[in-house]
This record gives sequence, structure tokens and C-alpha cells, in this order.
Amino acid sequence: MQIPVMENILEKNDQLALEVNAMLTAKGIFTLNLMGSPGSGKTSLLEKTIMHLKTELRMAIIEGDLFTSKDADRIACCEVPVIQINTSGGCHLDANMVKDSLASLDLDNLDVIIVENVGNLVCPAEFNIGEDKKATVLSITEGEDKPMKYPLMFKQASVVLLNKIDLLPYTSFDAAAARADIGSLNPAIRLVEVSCRTEEGLLPWYDWIREEVAAKKKGYKGSIQADYDQD
Amino acid sequence: MHELAIAQSILSITLDKAEEHSAQHIDSITLRIGQMTGVEPESLRFCFTMLAEGTKAAAAELRIVIVPLTARCGECQSDFSIERYQFLCPDCGSAKLEILSGREMQVEHLEVR
Repeated sequence: MQIPVMENILEKNDQLALEVNAMLTAKGIFTLNLMGSPGSGKTSLLEKTIMHLKTELRMAIIEGDLFTSKDADRIACCEVPVIQINTSGGCHLDANMVKDSLASLDLDNLDVIIVENVGNLVCPAEFNIGEDKKATVLSITEGEDKPMKYPLMFKQASVVLLNKIDLLPYTSFDAAAARADIGSLNPAIRLVEVSCRTEEGLLPWYDWIREEVAAKKKGYKGSIQADYDQD
Repeated sequence: MHELAIAQSILSITLDKAEEHSAQHIDSITLRIGQMTGVEPESLRFCFTMLAEGTKAAAAELRIVIVPLTARCGECQSDFSIERYQFLCPDCGSAKLEILSGREMQVEHLEVR
């Protein structure tokens, strides 16, 4: 006997991700899923981003790693709320983990939550965690062939940051090839070439975050106004 | 990829459906897996076999249908296969694409008795 099923294998996670997004949208919070290889510079990027934006945006960070609180400890020095999730072997964060961590944040007093996902160029792209947008960090020391080898990570992102450009003179990284490959995977993507160490190129990244937060607030106020008008 | 977590979900969906239809034995499970999901079929079969041991799905064959990556152009309305992950319309060159298939991860149907 044949039983039709037609069920999505990741349905449970997708449902939870929608719940998380709805919860954060109701508070007008812009949520970003920051992905990239181990060592690509995600935490360094966050350190610079926080120091530059924290006086104008109320930020919180959720850190995902297999083990240790090393990344959360670094972020704690920047004096913003930070939660460390340890997956104990899990290769990506999922919506359930993020949902559980939200209870520890003051959602009434935040403009943006950035989730630094587990360092991994494969799995995080497949699991929605309730974010509004995804950003992928690729360091030039990883090689220009990585976007085509791991296409989903770059296809799903709204922004790709090419990090460690201060090291270009010491590598054979083909920046033109990387730009072309990323562009062919995602023609609408915003590509930002940066050095977290020297802070070169970071200003457009900060502007992008400001734009996304403003857009989220506008949508949030629109829905608040609609509720008010209905009453 | 983490085929173990995916296998766990497949098993859970399968056993729930079997229970719903009072099936005693699951002969096969047909999956639709998109080309762009990065799931490795042999790894998935290995993990599934391990997890299904002792359940009604212990002898079930995993039939994996790989769904090709296709898109529709938002400008000229062409439908086409995406080759080598180039997300541009081959007819008009537009980047305004809607992915039609290739991202699925679905249990399509079961054969039971």
C-alpha cells in the first residue's frame, strides 16, 4: 500500500524559525545570522561592529560554538549582552537553540541581535534560525575557490564580507575570480572587502546594518500603526 | 552535512505515518532531495539504517530522487536548469530568478504493509 506523505524533513525547524522571527519582529528587532569558516574573522568582525555601533544601536550577540565560551568572553569585553550556546558537537545552530536563548535577553530594549553561527561552510546555510538576513564571512586566506565549492553559504547570504584583505600581498588569492563566482551565485549580493585588523573597508558594512535596522523599525512601526488604527 | 539529524527526522515522520495508517512493516521510503541541499545519499542511507534498527522501518529501502536545480526568469518567464550554479537567465541574462526546484528535502511517500 502506498501512503502519500509530502512532508518537509526540516519542517519542525522551519516552524520554530518562523516563531522566532515573529517574536523578534513583534519587538522591531533586526536579526542577522553571521556565518563563515572557523577562523574567517566572524568574532573579530563583531568586536569592531559593536565598538563602532553600540552608541547608536542597542545590540545583543548570540554566540554558537561546539565548546568553550571563548567567543562570548571576547564579546563580553565590548559590554553588550551576549549569550553563549554550546552545541557539544552539533555543526550548526538551529531554531530551537536560538529560541531557548532569547529568554535571557531583554527583547524590549534591543534594536539588533546578531547570531554568530558555528564556524562551518556547509550546514548553517540549511538551517533557518529565525533571522531576517544572513551574512557570510570569507577570509582571503581560505582561497577564491570556496564560494563554488560551498555554493549555498553564498547563495543564501545578503552580504558577503571578504576579510583579511591586508594579507593580499602575501597570498595568491584571485580576488577577481572570487568576485565573479560570488556574483554568479548571487547577482544581488552586496560584497564588502574588509580587514577587521586594520578596519579598512568596514564603513559600508556598518551602513548596511544601519539600513536594515531602520527598514525593520519602519515595518514594525507600520504594523503598530495598523493595530492602533484598527482600535 | 549532518545526515544523522536528517535521518532521524525521516524516521520520525515515517513511523508517525505508519502508526496513523496502522501499517506493520515499511518496505520503502521515497525521498525528494534537491540538488542544492548537499545531502550525501550513501551517508544518509548509512545513518538511517543505524537509527531504524529495531523499528518497523528496519528493512525499509530509502529511494532517493535527486531533484535538479531549475529556475524561472522574472523578466522573460523562461524556465531553465541552472548549470554550474550560474544564477543568470540563459535567454535574457537577468538575475531576477525564482528557484522552482532543487532545494527540497521531503519525504514523498511510503510503501507499507
